Parts: sequence; structure tokens; C-alpha cells
Amino acid sequence: MASQATRFDIQTVEDCTVACFLDSRILDEATIQVVGDQMYRLVDSGLLKIILDFSNVEHLSSAALGKLINMKKKVDAAGGKLRMCSIRPELKKIFDVTKLSKLFDIQKNQAKALKGF
Amino acid sequence: MPETSIFNTSFTSDLDESARVQNEIVAELEQRGVSMGDLADLHLALEEGLANAVKHGNKLDSSKQVHVECELSEAGFFSIVIQDEGEGFDPNDVPDCTLPENLDKPSGRGLMLMRAFMDDIRYNDVGNQLTITKTCTIE
Repeated sequence: MASQATRFDIQTVEDCTVACFLDSRILDEATIQVVGDQMYRLVDSGLLKIILDFSNVEHLSSAALGKLINMKKKVDAAGGKLRMCSIRPELKKIFDVTKLSKLFDIQKNQAKALKGF
Repeated sequence: MPETSIFNTSFTSDLDESARVQNEIVAELEQRGVSMGDLADLHLALEEGLANAVKHGNKLDSSKQVHVECELSEAGFFSIVIQDEGEGFDPNDVPDCTLPENLDKPSGRGLMLMRAFMDDIRYNDVGNQLTITKTCTIE
């Protein structure tokens, strides 16, 4: 079973929350479930400007994409904003193939994600 | 082209079992020198194919099995047949999640990812047996 330990490095930059994934592989259901729950908790705790940093992520499955879509819906419903950054080229292919790069606000790196957010 | 069976097993419809089999296959492919780039693509396809068989094919019914036959030739031709014991489905019925009206649907992208990262994926007529192939670089 996937560990319940924190799966994010969370930093606050001014009024933004930067959540950096710690897992390199978000593939199996158990990991995805824990990652999803911890991600949703950010919104439930009232945070409204969230940046998801993918620097460490090498692999992502379709089930993980589902969690990201639901995360965006939660943030939108709460009146917040969600950005993503630092997506590796091999991972970017997943977002491009699925056309999710149109749905998500994806920035090249954390500095660009923070700019004007 | 001689092909070597590297995995021939059946497991109960359980996602932890699916993850175990997936990891064993990836470890075997790694040991046989499949490049890291190809391994990453295969890992993704295995996750999608096996999870589909367990969740959508057998509907997590623990009385049903998933059967896996996996081969890798010396030249790097990889193939895997994943068979579930479900009723099957028509892949053409899966909605296109790249259409604007479906873009925010949280599921239905597994087939698309397998098609994008593998050379070929095909289901049998019933829709309960998936064959995936990819020519890999052996290092």
C-alpha cells in the first residue's frame, strides 16, 4: 500500500501555495489515491492560489490525470486559481496527447507560474 | 525473430496484485536491457492495460482472473497479451476525451495514452483481450 506520508513539499510564496510533488511515479492506484486526497485537502483548507510543481514527476497515468482534472474543478468551484509548472518534456507529451494542455494553465517553471498569479 | 517468453501468469482482480505483476515485468525488462525511455513508456502502458482489465474488465470481482503473457525478442520486439474474464467492450464506444465537450471528464484516457506510447494496441472482437506491441531499444 502507498504510504500516507506527505506526498508534497508545500511552500507559501506571498499569497500563493506552491505544492511540489515528491513522487517520481504517480502510476499505481494506491499512490494516486493518496496524492489526490492530499491535493484536494489544499483546496478544502481554503487555499485559493495553488501552483502544482511537477519537477520531480517522471511518470503519470490516466488515473492521475483524472485527479488533476477533479482538482481543477474543485479549485474553480471554490473561486480559486490553479497553475502547473516544471513539467518535463516526456510528461508534457501526456498532456499534449490528451489535449489537457488546453485545459490547464501550464507554465515553464515556478518563477513564471508565480508571475502575475 | 526468436521471441522469449518473459512472463506468463494469472492473478486475481486486485489492484495491488496488478501493481505487483506490473513491477515484476518492468524489472524483468530492465534486466534484459530495455532502454530507460522505452521502459517508461512500457510502464505507463502496463499500468493502463492491467488496471483496465482489473477495474473495467473484471470490475474488481475477486473471483475473476487476469491472464498475462509477455514476450521480448532479442532484437527488442515486445508484446503482451492481457486477457480478463469480463464481458468485453467496444473500444470505439469510448468517448473521445480530446473533444472540447469531454476535455474535463476525469476518465477515459487510458486507451489514448497506450496508443500514443506503444506501436500498436488492439482488442479482440469480444473486447476482453488486449494485445500491445512495441519495438524497444536494447542497450
